[in-house]
Amino acid sequence: MITRFKSKRITSMLGMLPQMIGYFDDEVDNYSFPPKQTMRLKRIMGYDQHRLSKDSTTVSDFAVHGLLYMLENGWIERKEIGAVVTVSLCPDYFVPHISNIVHDKCNFDSDVICMDIAQGCCGYLVGLMQSFMLLEHMQDKKVVLINGDVLSHKVSKKDRNDFPLIGDACAISIIESGGDGDIYYEMHIDGKRRDALKIPAGGFRMPCSPDTSVMTDQGDGNYRSLDNICMDGSSVFNFVQVEVPLMLERAMIKEGKTVDDFDLFLFHQPNRFMLKKLAEKVGLPEEKTPMNLVERYGNPSGASIPLVAISNCRESLLETDNSCCLSAFGSGLAWGTMFMNIGRLDHCELLELDL
Amino acid sequence: MREEIMAMLTELRPEFDFANSDDFVADGLLDSFDIISLSSMLEEAYSIMIDGLDILPENYSSIDALIALVRKSGGKTE
Repeated sequence: MITRFKSKRITSMLGMLPQMIGYFDDEVDNYSFPPKQTMRLKRIMGYDQHRLSKDSTTVSDFAVHGLLYMLENGWIERKEIGAVVTVSLCPDYFVPHISNIVHDKCNFDSDVICMDIAQGCCGYLVGLMQSFMLLEHMQDKKVVLINGDVLSHKVSKKDRNDFPLIGDACAISIIESGGDGDIYYEMHIDGKRRDALKIPAGGFRMPCSPDTSVMTDQGDGNYRSLDNICMDGSSVFNFVQVEVPLMLERAMIKEGKTVDDFDLFLFHQPNRFMLKKLAEKVGLPEEKTPMNLVERYGNPSGASIPLVAISNCRESLLETDNSCCLSAFGSGLAWGTMFMNIGRLDHCELLELDL
Repeated sequence: MREEIMAMLTELRPEFDFANSDDFVADGLLDSFDIISLSSMLEEAYSIMIDGLDILPENYSSIDALIALVRKSGGKTE
């Protein structure tokens, strides 16, 4: 899909992190690999710290806390909200949906529609697309876009491929009509490669059971069960290196832009190595391409783009207009990009919560 | 260069005998994270930049393949 949106903008961004920090140095002994070999990955992959929510915490806990914070601090009024869009891989329940729980706990009226979208790494781009489309039918109302995941609950602590890089987080963006810039948007899917990133059990195809929770050596020294996230790192890496540079180069040519025309490249944050290789391939300057989210907080799936923006570029996002290239890639497999101006935000904050 | 790369492999996975393997990856001597670590070691040792598209198992399967990768990535070999 390649399309264009007009007169849509992000006006506020709130990031939320759990207070609990997992330190890579402390987790090295959990893995079955020689510590020296594992420690070598610290610098290369950017493993250092990651944020872990409590076992009892769900995405709606973050979302409700964040939305109430926005309402109480005058970021938005209830009567301005037309829709709540939540993008997550971690529903509180199959039914009711996260947005409906938020709707109740934030005391929204029945004209506020709710929508949950199951999407991972590309969750911010998909959420923006849906928000922009909703705004076409809402006159002057605004969309509250929630991106959150607590995927650390689904990763084996003995899986060195996945556990060190996963982090829990949530972000809420206020999306509204206005602004004069065109927004260029691309999204691509290859369902044939969907198994490269998978949680095998827990849905209707393979419900969780005592059998699916048995931890086994995957043959590569990593221990996980069918209830856990499983990522084919080599396939995902190669997919990103092949598809994303092609997409970005084609999009820039199509839009008559070069790398120099952008102030910021705000990308999904899988790990430092993958981002470094991607930036080298496309010729992106490091100072415009923050790639430190994994070492600071972990990879928070669909909340990665707003979090990397808030934690690296807060002042710039508040004070000036920034020509941004957003890009995300991962589960699905899916990959996409968006060229849009982000800046002069009304509010931009990062909260640490006891969740 | 051959000896230097062999030393890197031994440093990376001292428990394995790389000299007696026909395919480091297929034989299980290097996993995907070792490939990433080795890429970083080669880049630093030879001041090269390995293209992300070249980070494929076949380019890490033997000493000859690794030397070819270094050359392709702009490394000088004697």
